Amino acid sequence: MAELIELSAAETAARIAAGETSAVEVAQAHLDRIADSDDQVKAFLHVDTEGALAAARAVDDRRRSGEPLGPLAGVPLAMKDVVVTKGQPTTSGSKILQGWIPPYDATITRRVREAGIVMLGKTNMDEFAMGSSTENSAYQVTRNPWDLSRVPGGSSGGSSAAVAARQAPLAIGTDTGGSIRQPAAVTGIVGHKPTYGAVSRYGLIAFSSSLDQAGPFGRTVEDTALLHQVLAGHDPLDSTSIPTAGPDVVAAAREGARADLTGVRIGIVTELTGLGGGYQDGVLASFKEAVLTLRALGAEIVQVSCPHFDYALAAYYLIAPSECSSNLARFDAVRYGLRAGDDGSRSLEEVMSLTREQGFGPEVKRRIMIGTYALSSGYYDAYYGQAQKVRTLIAGDFEAAFGQADVLISPTSPFVAFEVGERVADPMAMYVNDLCTLPASLAGTPAISVPCGLSDEAGPALPVGLQIMAPTMADDRCYRVGAAFEAAYLAANGPILAGVPRLGSVGAGTDGATR
Amino acid sequence: MSDDRSTLTRDEVAHLARLARLAVTEEELDLFAGQLEVILGSVARIGDVAAADIRPTTHAVPLQNVARPDVVLPSLPREAVLAGAPAVEDDRFRVPQILGEEE
Repeated sequence: MAELIELSAAETAARIAAGETSAVEVAQAHLDRIADSDDQVKAFLHVDTEGALAAARAVDDRRRSGEPLGPLAGVPLAMKDVVVTKGQPTTSGSKILQGWIPPYDATITRRVREAGIVMLGKTNMDEFAMGSSTENSAYQVTRNPWDLSRVPGGSSGGSSAAVAARQAPLAIGTDTGGSIRQPAAVTGIVGHKPTYGAVSRYGLIAFSSSLDQAGPFGRTVEDTALLHQVLAGHDPLDSTSIPTAGPDVVAAAREGARADLTGVRIGIVTELTGLGGGYQDGVLASFKEAVLTLRALGAEIVQVSCPHFDYALAAYYLIAPSECSSNLARFDAVRYGLRAGDDGSRSLEEVMSLTREQGFGPEVKRRIMIGTYALSSGYYDAYYGQAQKVRTLIAGDFEAAFGQADVLISPTSPFVAFEVGERVADPMAMYVNDLCTLPASLAGTPAISVPCGLSDEAGPALPVGLQIMAPTMADDRCYRVGAAFEAAYLAANGPILAGVPRLGSVGAGTDGATR
Repeated sequence: MSDDRSTLTRDEVAHLARLARLAVTEEELDLFAGQLEVILGSVARIGDVAAADIRPTTHAVPLQNVARPDVVLPSLPREAVLAGAPAVEDDRFRVPQILGEEE
């Protein structure tokens, strides 16, 4: 059974479709793996054993009755706890929603179920997706499978850790400023933030509505593309959903796997190469290697400048908190979740204030207050208004750069995985993790992170991510270039996840079969 | 509030917390005043960008007048919605008193 947790999603689905294994066997193998390793990793807030086995049985029944199965039918998936799931607890990592059972499914939950994908449970995250280490969860600290003393990135750190630890071959995360790409980078897996509007936000617990975007994690680019294809598509329940069909990202990933980038122009973003310092040497060394690999694949490498990217951090940390202060006003102690101090003598306003004080953690409170400040009369123009103008300038920088290059590249994060507790007391030290991922968030453009090497300057060898950014609705370019790079990396170095140490009682990474 | 955009007093943090309906503790006021000042100091450079005649971007993908077909869809069952509420009375959300608040 240990072998089943090593397979790619594509291979797992193929074996189930061919009757070589059953969806129930696959689900059970992953549930066993979670039982065996999650004491160490702590990726899951809730494991739905019965629901997973029932979904798997339904896939096996359909196969036996000769029904056609989708390309991911029977493949297990870990769902970030920010996505609502009917009948399953959904907390968004917050005490204010402890015990809440949603009465409906998010659109992406429905799509996952309809594809025959087997949801194993809900993964840990920074509270309301605010953070870059998953340490802001109100429930537990998720550990990086590469080194259990380190963070798995965030905010989708439960999802990234689950995939890297072979608890699930696929996971869903959400990315507001880098919360899919950065955790993928620091756990050595693939994560893609789709074009804003490509994947429905209906049923995502909102943090920053103009930035939030759900997307896929996988151990291979092809697996990630297969899940992307399931998630993407127009949804009338989300007014910002793009009404036209997106590109065929699976075909793009398969084209990329042929490892030929002849004629592709790749732009290095000067502002994201650490010229002003602040990037780890090991990250920059891996990035330089990656550039050489891309050139060897036939790509033309050009240098592009995006001068306003230097203001992305400031713009993001005004826009996201502003939208969060408005979105989180819904937690009013009336319709769902916690209510504190309702002793019959207190007013609604007092109960609301006591509930929010008790239910929210420090980072959420900080962001709500920053947002309240930035939106207040007299400061609105100088802060929120100015940030929105900078957003226009950043989008303009992207547009100009995409005139010179088909895709843009940078490290995904300036740092490899850091130690638990290292940055948690200093909000700005945490925020700079997102330096490279914020521009694509603000412009709504797609970006993928693929593993591009190991850095041992912080101690043990830890994974580094390569970010590949593309124009709006050209997500296929991320997958094509990502798959080509992955093929070259694999040929030269073998599977990167072979470096994950043994977890639980079953060895992982010993034979390193990510394919 | 203070005229200097990058400083934030303890009283101002208390005011923000009240606006945001957060009953913060005295210790939190001390902690947050320092932290918010650092954060605001770091984002204040947004003002350095010459953007006076630039249009603001509210959403990455411009969309106009998005409307669904005017079709009646079933609502969630009342019991399912009320099941998640902190307090329910007579098939309704029970709300603490709202009158007598200062506004």
